[in-house]
This record gives sequence, structure tokens and C-alpha cells, in this order.
Amino acid sequence: MSQPTLAPRDQGAPDYTKYLHPLMAKNYGKWDYHERLRPGVLVHVAENGDKLYTVRAGSPRTMSADTVRKVCAIADKYCEGHLRFTTRSNIEFLVGKKENLDPLIQAVEKDLGWPLGGTGPSVSNISHTQGWLHCNLPGSDAAGSVKALMDDLIHDFKHEELPNRVHISSSCCQINCASHGDISIIVQHHHPPRINHKNMQICELPKVVAICPAAAIRPAVVDGVETVEVVEEKCMYCGACHGQCPSMEIRDAQTDTLSIWVGGKMSNARSAPTFMKLAVWGIPNNPPRWPEVSAAVKIILKAYKEGGKPWERLGEWIERIGWQRFFEKTGFPFTRYHIDDSPEALSTLNRSAMLRL
Amino acid sequence: MSTERMPLNTTMLNELESGPWPSFVTDLKEYSKKRPVIAQLLNQLEESYQNKWNYWQGKILNAPGYGGGIIARVSDKASKYPGLANFHTVRVIEPPGWVYSTDALRNLADIAEKNGAGILQFHGMSGDVLLLGFDDAGSLQCAEDLMSNGWDIGGSGAAMRTLQCCVGQARCEMACYDTMKMTKHITDTFIHYLHRPEFVYKFKFKLSGCPNDCSNAIVRSDMPIIGTWRGDMQVNQAKVAEFIEQKGMEYLIDNVLTRCPTRCLSVRGKELVVDNSDCVRCMHCINVMHKALKPGKDRGATILVGGKRTLKIGDTMGSVLVPFVKLETDEDRSNFTDFVEKVWEFWNDNGMDHERIGEFIYRIGMLTFLKGVEIEPDPRMISRPRTTSYIKFEELGPSRFEGERVQNPPVWNRESESRESL
Repeated sequence: MSQPTLAPRDQGAPDYTKYLHPLMAKNYGKWDYHERLRPGVLVHVAENGDKLYTVRAGSPRTMSADTVRKVCAIADKYCEGHLRFTTRSNIEFLVGKKENLDPLIQAVEKDLGWPLGGTGPSVSNISHTQGWLHCNLPGSDAAGSVKALMDDLIHDFKHEELPNRVHISSSCCQINCASHGDISIIVQHHHPPRINHKNMQICELPKVVAICPAAAIRPAVVDGVETVEVVEEKCMYCGACHGQCPSMEIRDAQTDTLSIWVGGKMSNARSAPTFMKLAVWGIPNNPPRWPEVSAAVKIILKAYKEGGKPWERLGEWIERIGWQRFFEKTGFPFTRYHIDDSPEALSTLNRSAMLRL
Repeated sequence: MSTERMPLNTTMLNELESGPWPSFVTDLKEYSKKRPVIAQLLNQLEESYQNKWNYWQGKILNAPGYGGGIIARVSDKASKYPGLANFHTVRVIEPPGWVYSTDALRNLADIAEKNGAGILQFHGMSGDVLLLGFDDAGSLQCAEDLMSNGWDIGGSGAAMRTLQCCVGQARCEMACYDTMKMTKHITDTFIHYLHRPEFVYKFKFKLSGCPNDCSNAIVRSDMPIIGTWRGDMQVNQAKVAEFIEQKGMEYLIDNVLTRCPTRCLSVRGKELVVDNSDCVRCMHCINVMHKALKPGKDRGATILVGGKRTLKIGDTMGSVLVPFVKLETDEDRSNFTDFVEKVWEFWNDNGMDHERIGEFIYRIGMLTFLKGVEIEPDPRMISRPRTTSYIKFEELGPSRFEGERVQNPPVWNRESESRESL
């Protein structure tokens, strides 16, 4: 192994022009329209009539170097050596020759074992975080819970039968790296951090105090050690301090649960983007397959499939039928915790006399 | 790293091998024959599953001259799994739009395998490629190998983070500006700020070519850049008629006309009538009738500010900062980066430690922020004017000292000040 020179070179982003499929490079900025040929297969047609086919498949996101090489061998054979990934970790094989389409699909489904889908009004691959595989903060897993959930939602990944697309995200702590989705799964903690006073000096205490959104952390001296204390009535169990300092342990294997949130939307289509809202809480964190999460997500998808009108995103459907009916249709209990008490709370109340009675 | 593979003990993880979705467990078990350390990783993960507990801690490790990009992880169970004593992630700046040649992907796989455990993730939630499983020396050698192969390592900490954009003009008819070129421009211009955390907190850009926002910019980035257009959208009436023939008039009414948020569409015979003055560029009609309708020809982007997820003050959605900018020429792009420097200066001079720009605006108010970054107020920045009547009108107060000139005439008939460029 040569001695690393390790001089910073600040090279910046890779030169993407080298990686574009030849038809992408040729028709850059000159695309006319696209069609979905079947779930998982798109064709983009350029102004000059050139056609670029895309085969979208669900990827596990985490791959061994050998799996990456397998993917490359397939793309070399059928895709002129070009592919891409999407925001939701789908893989997209780019195909210039139509005759390569069927053998490629065969190779992706049979040799690689990755399902085609995630296009149009379907459930796309789940945006997710690192979980127990490699994060320092998780209260649950991510890659595993996503695998288990996608197994259960496979029909709606492979078929375009929903009113509109459904983006799911899964986060393994309250920082929620996977962010908003039509449906989103989050870990929820249920008591204040347990402080390891002996080990507090490894972090910068002012940062631990400053990070607290509830101003619940203040400096203290415990057994002669400079440390912090938590005002428990103020603490909202978010775990922000835990991200700052490992001695503020927020997780609890016995009591941590999961909650499901619905109606996040980032597209501007039809209605303005929206945040996701609490649907159901107190779901057990139950590895290895989290069956209670699958059951709840399936209930939401079933109600949405039955009640949503074409093009309505999940949140738009709920806004139309009203939250009261969302809870009726899903059977999820409406509880006091569904009423917001955050700084945004007043804007979430029904400030009208418009009710379904 | 040890060359002997320890026996796999993965009772619970094995349950993630069945079912139709591809299993990372099956992949990693197979790969552990070649890379024995993976068996240790799987066994530790199994313990996490059994005990619902996590065994990773963080530490700080940087390539010399860099202040981020290596996410160092040490295992609590290093005595049992010595290969995990140092098992770090290296973040790699992805090609804009996540486009790859197989040569590039193989190169990443080779670098990951040569220096570490050989696990890759496409992609992290900030857009980077993640390479997993390097010890301290392996991380640095990996960084070195990446750099000598034309890659660069990604951002972490209180820095500009790795950017992320949609596929844009490379394969989408809706893209209103060149998202990939813009992503490369911002990354390369500010690469210093990406590699050396010197902000009050992290700063993310995400770029989408149109308001469909496929890169999830509006709620996941501090400065969303969302493509849009000025003037009339393009309508091909022959293709409108074709659409009506194929789908029927009812479909057009139910799924296009009545779904328009500002009711600016109507139909006369088989012709679509668009009141462009009311169109808010939501994209819905174009999404449904993408052969017949297209964004207008005078294209650019809306710059928003302040999107982030819930910590600490609750979710903030990006809100409009500059309604429209052209992003076509090199000059347009460098005007943008000049403008960003001004925004950063004001935020970093006045922001508190660990305060994202959305939280900063929440604390100081948009009015103060606009003044700080020298942007004139514009009605497109708000969904409605204020309702609280307690206002300090600078123009209307009495003079504070003799001779101070109070603005007169009053502002009720003053011309509004807005501009269309940065």
C-alpha cells in the first residue's frame, strides 16, 4: 500500500457528463414526453424521436461490492453501461435499444432478484436511514424494517392501482433523517434522557444545553462533577441532546415504540406541499419483521385505495374527506395526543363552524 | 482485519431472507465468505435485533486538510467483534442526478473493497454514496484512492452538505433549468465550505427542475432551488384534442380542469383555454397531459429558504426568497453563488450555534432577514399579509431628534419595490 499523500484536493462533484447515457447526452434538454409502458418501465421520447427506455427496480440500497459488480454486468450487457438511482433509492437501468428491454427485465427479475415497479400510482421504494447497521443513535433498524415492510407491500410496488404515488419513509430516531412522506414511520421515546454524569465531560456542555428545544437542560454539579440536569416536566423526549452527547441516553429497548404519520407531500402539484400528520402511535418496535407496522400501513393503503380519487395524494384524500372520516375508515383511535401542542398548534385547530355531523 | 470468518449466528436476521424484496442480509451473508469482517457485522446486528439495542458510538476522524466526510463508528462490542473496533463510513459526493457509468460504479466498488468491508449504499439521505466499514488507516487510504480516481469526499458537520438534484434535463421534459450543471457549479464553487465545517450549523441545497420537486427540496433543504417559468405555458391544441379523444371529456373535466388549484383552465370545443395570469405553476395539468402541455419557454427557478425537519422548533417548509431567477448562463450561476455568500454571511454573523437558517429566520423574523440579505419584500413571499396590528412603522414615527427627516409623504401611495434578478 502506497503511503497516502492525503493532501486535500477539493475536486468537487464528479463530471456527470462522462456518466450520461449516450442518448441522454445527445438529447440533453431536448426531451419531448414520456410514457409508462408497464409498471417499472418508462420510455422518454426526445424531440428528434429518439427513445430512451428506463427499467426501474427496487434496490436494497445497501449492497456488497459483488452485488454492485453484478448490477454493472447487467448494465454492460443491456444498457450501454449506464444506469442511475432515484431519490427513493430505486435503481434505473437505461436502455437505448428496445430489443434489450425484455432480456434486461429477465436479468433484473431473475438473476438479480430485484422487483420492477415504483412508477406511476404505486408505492415507491422506502427512503430510509442507517439504523442498527451503522448509526450511533438509532432506536430501531432501518434496512431490515424496510425489507420486511416492502415484502408486505410488494403488490402495490409492482402494480399501479393507487390513486397516486405513495412515498414512504422510515426513520430510526426522532431526528427523522428520512423526513416526510405520504406515510412515515418514526421511533418514539417515552422518558427523559438518563444522564451518565461520570462520562459527561467528553462533550461540550454548552452545546448540550443549547441544543435542547424545550430549554429543559441546565448546568449542574453532581457529586462534585460538572454536568447537566434535565427538568423532566419540560423535556419532550426528542433526544436532541443524545445526538450531541452519548452520555444523554434517550433510548429504551423496553419502552420505545413506533408511530405512523401520514399526508406529507413535497410536490406542488394541485396543492401546496404539506407536512405529515400523526395517524397512529404506540406501535411495538418488533424486530425482525415489525408485523404491526405492516398491518397499520396496509390499513391506510387500503382505505386510500378505496376512497381516493385519481391523482389525489394520500394527504389530499384525507383533507377532502376530513380527519374524522380518516379515523373512521382506518379504525385508528383518535386520541388527545393527535391535538397539536407545538408552536404551530393554533393553526392546526378547526377554526370554523364547518363540521361533519 | 482478520481473515477467518466467525460462524454466523443470525437467527432473527435469517427471517429477513424470505420474501420478494431483495434482502441485504442474504447479500451480506454471501459476501461474508469473501470478507470475513462482514460476519462480525451481521452477528452484531443480530444482537441489536435480539436486544433492541444499538452498539455503535461515534468518534471524530478526518482526512488531513478535511473537516468532514468520514463518519467514524466504533463498536461497543469490539472485544467480541474486533473487526468492528473501527468501522467507519466514508461519504462520497455523488455524480449530480445519480447517473453512473458501470466503470464509475466498479471503481467505487473496488475502492470500497480494497480499503474496507466493501459495503456500498446508494444513497444516503443527503445524496452521498456511502462506503461502509473502514478502520482509521483504511478510511484515509480510501479518501486518498477516491481523490486520485477523480472522486471527492462528501460533507458532514456544520458545513455545506453534499448537494442532491433530480435527473433534470438529462431525461425529463419538465426540467426548467439544468439541475445537474447547477449542482456541480454550487458544489465546486463552495467546495471549501463543504469540506471544512465553519458555519453555525449545516446548510443543504437540493435542486429540482420543476415544482414536482422530485429531489424533495422544499422540506429537506435550507435552500431549495425549484425550476419554474414566466409567462404562458406551452399548449399544443392538436394534442389536447388527441387527449380528449383518447381519454374523454369527462376525464379532462374531472382530472384536469377541476383539479387546477386556481381554476385557470377551461375548455372550448376540443381546445384548452388557459388563463396564464392565474396559473401558479403547480404542474398538475402538465403531469396529466404531458404530451399536450409544457412549461413556458422563459424558464428559470424560484429560490426558497429554510426547509428542514422537526428539530428544534418544529418542521419548517422552505418559503419563497427570490420568486424568479434565470439560471441559464455561467453569469446567472455565478450571480447565484455570489448571492448565497451574502446570505451565508448574514446567517453566520448573526445565527446562534446549532441554528439552521430556517430556525434563524423564525427567531429574527423574515422582515429582518430580508433586510440583512438585501432583498426587497415581494407579495409572492407570503400566503397572506400579517394580521397582528402591532407594527413599528419606521416611516411614520415622530423625529427622534431635532432635524431628523421623517419620510413624508406617507407610504400608502408609494410604488412597491421588487426586482427580478439577484
